[in-house]
Amino acid sequence: MHLTLPRWSAALMAAFLVFSSAACGSDTDSVADDAANVADDAGAVDDTDGADAGAEEVAAEPETATESEAPAAADTGVGKLDTVLARGDLSCGVNDQLPGFGSVDSDGEFAGFDVDFCRAIAAAVLGDAEAVTFRPLSSQQRFTALQTGEVDVLVRNTTWTLSRDTQNGLDFGPTTFYDGQGLMARTALGIEELADLDGASICVGSGTTTERNLGDVMREAGVEYTSVTFEGADQVMGSYDSGRCDAVTADLSALVTRKPTMANPDEHEILDMVLSKEPLGPAVLQGDAEWADVVNWVSFGVMQAEEFGIDSGNIGNFMDSDNPEIRRFLGLEDGLGEGLGIGNGFMVDVIEQVGNYSEIYERNLGADTPFDLPRGVNQLWSDGGLLYAPPFR
Amino acid sequence: MIRRPALLRDERVLAVLIQVLVAAVAITAVAVGARNVLSDLAANNLAPDLDFLGNTAGFGISEGIRYAEGSDTYGRALQVGLVNTLRIAIAGIVLATPIGVGVALARLSGNPLLVRLAGGYIELMRNTPLLVQLIFWYQGVFLGLPALKDAITVGGGALSVAADAATVTPPILALSQRGAAVPRLLPTGGAGVWLLAVAAGAVAAWVLYRWREAVQRRTGQPARGIIFGLALWAGVALVAWFVVGGAYTVALPAIGRFGYEAGLVLSPEFSALLVGLVVYSAAFIAEVVRGGIQAVSLGQREAARAVGLRQSQVMRLVILPQALRVIVPPLTNQYLNLAKNSSLAIFIGFPDLFQVGLTIGNNTGQFVIITAMMMSVYLAISLATSLLMNLYNRKIRLVER
Repeated sequence: MHLTLPRWSAALMAAFLVFSSAACGSDTDSVADDAANVADDAGAVDDTDGADAGAEEVAAEPETATESEAPAAADTGVGKLDTVLARGDLSCGVNDQLPGFGSVDSDGEFAGFDVDFCRAIAAAVLGDAEAVTFRPLSSQQRFTALQTGEVDVLVRNTTWTLSRDTQNGLDFGPTTFYDGQGLMARTALGIEELADLDGASICVGSGTTTERNLGDVMREAGVEYTSVTFEGADQVMGSYDSGRCDAVTADLSALVTRKPTMANPDEHEILDMVLSKEPLGPAVLQGDAEWADVVNWVSFGVMQAEEFGIDSGNIGNFMDSDNPEIRRFLGLEDGLGEGLGIGNGFMVDVIEQVGNYSEIYERNLGADTPFDLPRGVNQLWSDGGLLYAPPFR
Repeated sequence: MIRRPALLRDERVLAVLIQVLVAAVAITAVAVGARNVLSDLAANNLAPDLDFLGNTAGFGISEGIRYAEGSDTYGRALQVGLVNTLRIAIAGIVLATPIGVGVALARLSGNPLLVRLAGGYIELMRNTPLLVQLIFWYQGVFLGLPALKDAITVGGGALSVAADAATVTPPILALSQRGAAVPRLLPTGGAGVWLLAVAAGAVAAWVLYRWREAVQRRTGQPARGIIFGLALWAGVALVAWFVVGGAYTVALPAIGRFGYEAGLVLSPEFSALLVGLVVYSAAFIAEVVRGGIQAVSLGQREAARAVGLRQSQVMRLVILPQALRVIVPPLTNQYLNLAKNSSLAIFIGFPDLFQVGLTIGNNTGQFVIITAMMMSVYLAISLATSLLMNLYNRKIRLVER
């Protein structure tokens, strides 16, 4: 009797404590609010209740957050655009191991095709192409970095696929580079078709669409192979170069830009086959349409600028243009930028500081670079390519 | 009559109350955290569920148990990764222990050359990061080996892609960038019977050994129990081998278009990870063993010598049984470290649990579930290791008489 009484009373007190905190906490702070919901759920096991609570939170957050200007609150409800504007700096996830698309140049600056799209977004939103913090990400890290809000936008030669758009919780912007998967092997092996690779070891980056395409293509062709997977592009190409694998597979653009950096570039050939479609473009976190619009239209704007023939050199001539389309595009009429929540002259900043699509391409991949990558399908639709920006009006 | 204290001054009530409070706070914190994670994930269309494990994986895994990337599921891919992790952890522990003991004995041997060599080895290994060592072993050593066509061979002719494989005597060992190829044992129909006979022989040898021990204890004369036991075991194994007409045949390495096609091929990734982990962990194990041996007081050794035991007997019968009590708990830590350090495999392309898990997370977006699963598996491996070692520790601990 002596022992049972205190235990029983303690349990009663504990129960009282939990319920009282649940009851009075609901109108004080959100942590207690959650505790109350937990208690509710424990009693009723009601999923819809939980979902409603979540929706209320999202709806309620902006009011409090705008007052406090807390950037940390961005993850839960404040639009990414407001966060970036308040921070005065864009956090952009890029590759640092893919020369031509994203890498660190000899001056220690990030440079590349994808990197320039980050700069374009920063120029449009903040008016300053240098207001970017580049976050080098491996292929395995990139989606988590976006999901956790560590980067505002991911421009890291990322292929747009349905499952990434849905299961990974991403929203993809327009395709800025149409790529395809290719294979590179030692010339001495004399590989002409996939069947010649039966029994071969193939180096590939882990967690990429490349890795899965290879599986699909080889299964279709009935070819047995061993995939040797590595985290970073440097490791994939380095291991192939040192002889670990018979062949290496990556996006064709990557193979082209990587080949000159190998020990003996002449000993390798890029096989004449395209294994897949790889539309590469920027990605943002799903569920923030305002921010996605900004990223989309800046990307389209870069293409449209080329179509108008506006580049960083001649933009001054267009500022007094009579063409209504160009006047709208450059923010001289109609206020298209306001609709996006940024300055009307956002494309002026982008073109002056970064350039149009053609300039970005030539600077990073064109004839004056070691890669000399032909534009192929990455031309304007009017030149027979796939780049097509919707009207700016 | 003793007056009962007030309810809130009763130590027993207070003790229970505090425990309940602490438990309530802990449970609430965990529940709130979990709820926040779940609602955030749901808001991003990433609500966790386990269905994805049944989807087709579609990515290749370079080595491990049977796995077809075209048809097998993410769940199967995780199993492949888990088995690879276990393989590395078990092989690593089995190899690192004798090497560590050997290095410890070398450091205690009194031979100045051995002492310095062992000391230098331990300091070098303990004071450089494991990841750096692993990348050194992989990039510097295993990928630095000759190309396939110039493979280093031991016994037999050089393998050559150009030459007709049939005309070349297959080697016993072939080392190249594609890994180490060694002979593989292929079981024949009699292998099962032979293994049974070997097991029975081991039991018989153990009985014989215990009997000789008893004789030695009774008579005080050396009875050579170990020698008798091993001889009996070897004899049984040999006789059984001939009775079943050979239990295994040997497949020697032979070369194909892209690599070795017969024999057992250890990939450079596996080899580098195993060597790296073993060499690193052995240094720590050596220090643990040395500490344990030095913890046995000098008087024990002197007394053992005084009663006429040989040096090896002193170590086996007097020093080690006492040292083990000190060695086993920290040794367990080293085993756990080795198992957990195997997750660094991702940096050298070995498909262990962590590497496969990350790839699945990347393909499905289910990082929360995958991470939780990986953590529980590593936890289970560690707890199992720990349990075994604790049982062993209980067996060898000081028995008070």
